[in-house]
Amino acid sequence: MRPNIIKVGFLRGGLEIKQFMRQRESVVFTLLFPVMLLFIFGSVFKGDLAPGVTFSQYFVAGMIASGLVNTGFQQLAIMIPLERDFGTLKRLRGTPISPISYFIGKAVLVFVAMIVQVGALMGFGAALFGLDLPNTTTRWLRFIWLILLGSICSTILGIAFSAIPKNGRGASAVVSPIVIILQFFSGVFFVFSTLPQWMQQFAALFPLKWLTQGMRSVFLPESFATQEVAKSWEIPQIAIVLLLWTVLGTILALKTFKWSEK
Amino acid sequence: MISARTHSLILSRPFRYSQLLGQDTDVVNELAISVRGLRKTYTSKANGSKDAVAGIDLEVKSGEIFAILGPNGAGKTTTVEILEGYRDRDGGEVKVLGQDPAKLGNDSWAWRNRIGIVLQSTNDSQDLSVSETVSHFANYYSNPRDPDSVIHDVGLDEKKHARIHTLSGGQRRRLDVALGIIGNPEILFLDEPTTGFDPEARRAFWELIRNLRDEGRTILLTTHYLDEAEALADRVAVIVDGKIIEVSTPENLGGRNTAKARISWLENGAKQEIESDFPAAEVAKLSRKFGGEVPELTVIRPSLEDIYLKMIGQL
Repeated sequence: MRPNIIKVGFLRGGLEIKQFMRQRESVVFTLLFPVMLLFIFGSVFKGDLAPGVTFSQYFVAGMIASGLVNTGFQQLAIMIPLERDFGTLKRLRGTPISPISYFIGKAVLVFVAMIVQVGALMGFGAALFGLDLPNTTTRWLRFIWLILLGSICSTILGIAFSAIPKNGRGASAVVSPIVIILQFFSGVFFVFSTLPQWMQQFAALFPLKWLTQGMRSVFLPESFATQEVAKSWEIPQIAIVLLLWTVLGTILALKTFKWSEK
Repeated sequence: MISARTHSLILSRPFRYSQLLGQDTDVVNELAISVRGLRKTYTSKANGSKDAVAGIDLEVKSGEIFAILGPNGAGKTTTVEILEGYRDRDGGEVKVLGQDPAKLGNDSWAWRNRIGIVLQSTNDSQDLSVSETVSHFANYYSNPRDPDSVIHDVGLDEKKHARIHTLSGGQRRRLDVALGIIGNPEILFLDEPTTGFDPEARRAFWELIRNLRDEGRTILLTTHYLDEAEALADRVAVIVDGKIIEVSTPENLGGRNTAKARISWLENGAKQEIESDFPAAEVAKLSRKFGGEVPELTVIRPSLEDIYLKMIGQL
């Protein structure tokens, strides 16, 4: 009898978390970098965007959304080519493990790292910058499914993208610019509605813009929805775009995933 | 010795329905691996196309240690990686446990469930402990061995809780073997397992491999060390430039068992040399001729190393 693919996936997830936690640099970078950014931006932009809405409040939504992209897409698109270089994947290929179990393991790692990162960001924001946490059950539920779906989407796209870098050394140079440009275009560092229209339309093709918008719907007052480009949070559209990218990413990942360089 | 091994082989082989149905003909024939006319060509811009494997035939019987011996770049790793299912081939037939590794399809896991692979060099899972890694890999197999007893068998009891990055090269290789056998494989592939070992570690490692064979596993190993093939293998294939130039037992390799002895001596100020199947008789004849001692007499049987170097064209 074949060991259960999903169970093996979660066991791999546990192992991945263990490995992740033992690499102090990666823990510090993934978990503290967003907090540092919040500190810098929160200290520079002290004013209110609207009565009762601080810049930090707006910025935290963007930080959590881009945290999903950093922790999932960016981290995996760099880590997987490295695992290919180190022979981790080649060794796995020689065992009966399914690629699906490997994918699930990565998704578990990303989700758990996100929970910790979000916790740190919200705790730090609430303590130092007067961040208001979501105040209704609806918002909390939305927050949870956004993080869950965002983690899965970001993970699977990172796995799909990992086929592109030739090796681990060059991976960062290929992946990081894409992420940074998307962050600027998607309203992570600036107020999205103030960006040029072509930038907004370009960003709307990718998940980050929608994740950021979803996070704003969690952290900003309901009245702020009218400030959005579409005059609404567009929650159904967010779910649809994320699901579409998840499906596309899964198809690509299964087709292009390479256990070794040859 | 032989009967004890046959016995353990029968006991330890897992029961399979395919045997009942008679589908697994190679098992019936006691062949773990069979290869016919295997070819693999690499094309590069610099060198044009080169046959890494140029028509290889191999038959590995169940329960034997079979060594592929050859110099670096002879095609050993390419051959083994084709058998392991890592690489495509350009020609020939391959059967490993009755299946073609290039056409595994959806039940590839079932085939991988029955083989164990020790790759040439690995550098992964640095931050995990030996025990964590071995126990985790056990989850991938349907019928794994007990992780603690595997760690014991490869001699890593003392390093059980050590992080992998603290292991020495030899210990690391033992861990590789532990991960190769945790799934209780019928065939174990070992690619140059002792490269970089000190002599003591090599001997201990050889003992480990012999024990695995005595448990009834088939072992295919590649090596460029002649002494390793001689110490371990039941049969050896010598591979040069992608071709197998001989398959034999280590004792008979290169016709060593029947090779003529070379007798040389000094006569009339010049070195004389003959080859003979009966060196003692020749020496007796010479002794009578010289009336006792023969000047500068030597009798040499070619060493295995001489024969091997000759075979691979280095002598």
